[in-house]
Amino acid sequence: MVDLIADGAARGLPVTLGRASLVGFDPGPVTSIAPFPGRAVPGFPTPGQVVAQGAGRMVWAGRGMAFLIGAPAPDLQGQAAVTDQSDGWVWVTLSGADAVAVLARLVPLDLRPQAFPAGTTARSTLGHLPVLLIREAVDTFRIAAFRSMAGSLVHDLTGAMRAVAARR
Amino acid sequence: MSFRIPGKGLMIDRTRPVQFSFDGKRFDVFQGDTLASALLANGQRLMGRSFKYHRPRGVLTAGSEEPSALVEIHERGQQTPNVRATVQELYEGLEARSQNRIGPLGFDLLAVNDLMAPFFSAGFYYKTFMWPRAFWEKIYEPAIRRAAGLGRLSGKHDEAVYEKAWAHCDLLVIGAGPAGWMAALVAARAGADVILADEDRRMGGRLLADLPEVGGQAGPDWAAGVVAELAALPNVRLMTRTTVTGAYDDGTFGALERVGLHVADPGDLPRECFWRIVAKRAILCAGALERPIAHPDNDRPGVMLASGVSAMVNKWGVDPGAVVVFSNNDSGLAATRRLFAQGIRIAAYVDPRAIPVTEPFPVYAQAQVTGTRGRLGLRDVAVTHAGGTSLIEARTLALAGGWNPTLHLACHRNGRPEWSERIAAFVPRAGMVPGLSVAGAARGVFSTAACLADGAASAAEALGDLGLNPPALSLPQAEDAPYAIVPLWAVDAGGRAWLDFANDVTTKDVKLAAQEGYSSVEHMKRYTTQGMAPDQGKSSNVAALAVLAEATGQGIPATGTTTYRPPFTPVSIAAMGAGGRAEGFAPRRLMTSDAQTRAMGAPMIEAGLWYRPSYFPRAGETDWRPACDREVRQVREAVGVADVSTLGKIDVQGADAGRFLDFVYTNTMSTLPVGKVRYGLMLREDGFVMDDGTCARLGDTHYLITTTTAAAGQVMRHLDFVHQAFCAGWDVRLISVTETWAQFAVAGPRARDVLAGLGVQAALPFMGCAPVQIGGVAGRLFRISFSGEEGYEVAVPARYGASLFAELVRLAEAHEGCAYGMEALNVLRVEKGFITHAEIHGRVTADDVGLGGMVARKDCIGKPASQRPGLTEPGREQLVGLMPVNQGEVLTAGAHLYNERDAATRENNQGYVTSVAPSPTLDMWLGLGFLKNGRARHGEVIRLDDGLRGRKVLVEVCHPVFFDPEGGRMRG
Repeated sequence: MVDLIADGAARGLPVTLGRASLVGFDPGPVTSIAPFPGRAVPGFPTPGQVVAQGAGRMVWAGRGMAFLIGAPAPDLQGQAAVTDQSDGWVWVTLSGADAVAVLARLVPLDLRPQAFPAGTTARSTLGHLPVLLIREAVDTFRIAAFRSMAGSLVHDLTGAMRAVAARR
Repeated sequence: MSFRIPGKGLMIDRTRPVQFSFDGKRFDVFQGDTLASALLANGQRLMGRSFKYHRPRGVLTAGSEEPSALVEIHERGQQTPNVRATVQELYEGLEARSQNRIGPLGFDLLAVNDLMAPFFSAGFYYKTFMWPRAFWEKIYEPAIRRAAGLGRLSGKHDEAVYEKAWAHCDLLVIGAGPAGWMAALVAARAGADVILADEDRRMGGRLLADLPEVGGQAGPDWAAGVVAELAALPNVRLMTRTTVTGAYDDGTFGALERVGLHVADPGDLPRECFWRIVAKRAILCAGALERPIAHPDNDRPGVMLASGVSAMVNKWGVDPGAVVVFSNNDSGLAATRRLFAQGIRIAAYVDPRAIPVTEPFPVYAQAQVTGTRGRLGLRDVAVTHAGGTSLIEARTLALAGGWNPTLHLACHRNGRPEWSERIAAFVPRAGMVPGLSVAGAARGVFSTAACLADGAASAAEALGDLGLNPPALSLPQAEDAPYAIVPLWAVDAGGRAWLDFANDVTTKDVKLAAQEGYSSVEHMKRYTTQGMAPDQGKSSNVAALAVLAEATGQGIPATGTTTYRPPFTPVSIAAMGAGGRAEGFAPRRLMTSDAQTRAMGAPMIEAGLWYRPSYFPRAGETDWRPACDREVRQVREAVGVADVSTLGKIDVQGADAGRFLDFVYTNTMSTLPVGKVRYGLMLREDGFVMDDGTCARLGDTHYLITTTTAAAGQVMRHLDFVHQAFCAGWDVRLISVTETWAQFAVAGPRARDVLAGLGVQAALPFMGCAPVQIGGVAGRLFRISFSGEEGYEVAVPARYGASLFAELVRLAEAHEGCAYGMEALNVLRVEKGFITHAEIHGRVTADDVGLGGMVARKDCIGKPASQRPGLTEPGREQLVGLMPVNQGEVLTAGAHLYNERDAATRENNQGYVTSVAPSPTLDMWLGLGFLKNGRARHGEVIRLDDGLRGRKVLVEVCHPVFFDPEGGRMRG
């Protein structure tokens, strides 16, 4: 018998540079939910929406796709394709007064609160990386990227944090 | 000797002295100086040598349009050429060098070019260095390149930090002069999100240089009040040192910010930041650029624009000495009056117009400047008037030839401006760039009062577009002088009169171009190189086309302008590519086994974005070959372990999943029983093979398919496309799980022993799959083989990948096995004739690779196109195996195949080699390749000819499966 040990994806965290901090985030279970045509899944988010769902949240994650985070995978047999995504993504939290300035170095989205309000989500790119962003508060973002790219994610974010901090 | 006026200079801080060096000589100046103002304040008018004739040159302007004063800046290993001395801010220890000279700046050996000027007119190189033809590349071009050109690069990598960033706003205001201030103020008070960008380190534009009164205050004081108000507003972002360089689609503007170029110790500051600003509306308030007048010898150090002289006096307190002003317009006269009022000695005001002579300084009406003297700096000016020619001593000659609106950005989407007779300049038309309006001097509105009003009006209009109400706002009082001009482009008095100082183009060159048939403005530009220097002809384009218009008799509006292209000022490529150097070029995808793999000493190779081990060297194995041979043998004889997580994995679910897979694979997947795996082939729509992989049926409506590492993204995109475009209503959903699962191949006769060590009983039949528990973790087991041995792939959630890999390596080594890398993986698959993207490279059909039988009778993507005549006719190149006739010979991939006695010519080409591998199993090199009609030629001896490496090897054509053709080993 063997004993397998779970391993985190991101290295070198937490980091605080100037007025921005980057820490790892454990979202709990992450399950993709893609309803089949003509079938409704209760609480399924519209594009950009984050919907509270019991202990967890349904986060819009693309065309006809949501990620249920922080709650066990539901039984939606015949209603939706349900796939475990817990290990596919590395999650970090970027926060602080300069969080927006840091993200503006890497993400092409309009990050003004009226365009990207707290409590909403977006798919975008961060540098070269495809990411899922959740804006938790004006200056707090969760960022999910492909697990294998965790090193590049931390490298790109800390590089931007360093350059922004140098301006203060 | 100091040329500084006591008490003057808005920009400098006299309490903070700074030292810098120019050509090794140290100078004492003040914080806030630019390199140009600092040199002038130290009496150093000579700043460089001209491009072609190596004429002594000074500074013409005080802004980013500077054509002459280009220098090299050396800082911390960086060497930046062609920096405009007017833009470079000084800091302690700055090291600047003049460029484009051989020997000292004051005695440039290449100044001999100037004596030979009659030979160096436009087109000289084209006409002279034509023959003999072979001389161009070896002799002429290197010599010309050494002599011509501007600054030098260091020849080293630029390893400094640059930055890119995005900004979004409702209104972007470009330029913070009077019009820009009012536009920003009006929009900000209305609540719009405003970005106000300005090139200078201090906002104000001509308010700082000319000091007009605004609202009863001095211009700079009024501007400071507006800055204070705007800086306090949360909806306003003020971007100084930021040049908006280009107007692009959908309200996107490029801008370059100088971030760390002006500080002695920038620390982590990037040198520059390249901004992409997305604005719903934009207003261009970039002002206007003064133009010189082309008169004989108008290029000496000491000849400046009147606006440049005013700026040097007011912003930096530079004393210009005795000044002669040569002007053809009221703005030049007004500038002269201001300079005189400030105590500057005006030696003469020269104007070709018949103006009344009522000034307190000497005025020469209906007169022209017809020459200058002074070898390394202006000594005197020849003024020709009704009474003859007078020589007037002067240290500075200020030219005021009128103003060209800075309309460049408005023309970046290929809009053409129109000619205004009133100001004798081009002005923008409305709507040249959607969403961009132009206000103030940038559209030919010149007085301070008119600019303030125009900025406010333009903002009000923009606010209307944004759905906001303009606030009530009274305009401050300011001067509203009329502007009258009589155009004077060139003084015809013999000698050479410069138009383009940066590229050494004179009026004669332009006339010559017209005479030789280059009468279109675009042709003239390329023939003379006018406007093609780093300044893009900002101070010469209009005058040059006016001279051309006169030479051709076409008139200026008919002659038109050349094309205005971004960037407005030079942008370093390093800024646009910020973050993209070295590892920043692409993300790095690391497998869960990465840390241990590197710890085991494996050299890594890139596979797409992934990093995979090449081989795992053991003691005594100094290169890849012995390690690879050993790893192959251990897999064939015991067991090997390899991380195969990089293969794409796609989860396919739904009642129509089988139907969907039948549609995208050439073979049938809907008939696959649950718990079984099938090899599959996908075609592109054009009928060629796109990818191969496996398809496992995990449940009734649940499949898991794999792709190759290289094509994972392409396959996912393809499946999404097929789903959306052709069968959107089907009950099928797809998601990538490549990253979710860490997956390892366990292959070899003792693979089962390794699995048993994990607590997994491998009772699976060949091509079976099943859920398994490994140390309490739910995983998946597949019995598939890419090595030809009894092979399994075991998958666990990625968080357990590193741990499982460590266990597998330990277990494999306990059973006389090992971890194996890409080299061994390649040998194993070549021995078995398994294809990779070396074979399915996008130009082969299923039949070409010998898999024609996998195209089932049903319909599938790509099938109709694969039946096109060209893809089915006999004689196509088919996949074959290749073995050297002499067993010891090395085969090389990329070589071409010829019949044994044919010459290696295109016509004789029979095919090519796609993959080779040194097989320890068969003790020879093996090759895979495509050969014309190859399947019918097994047993034939042909020649492998590698022209690149100079190898010729006789090879025998054979079946592509070299080892265990019946597959008994992998079926176990």
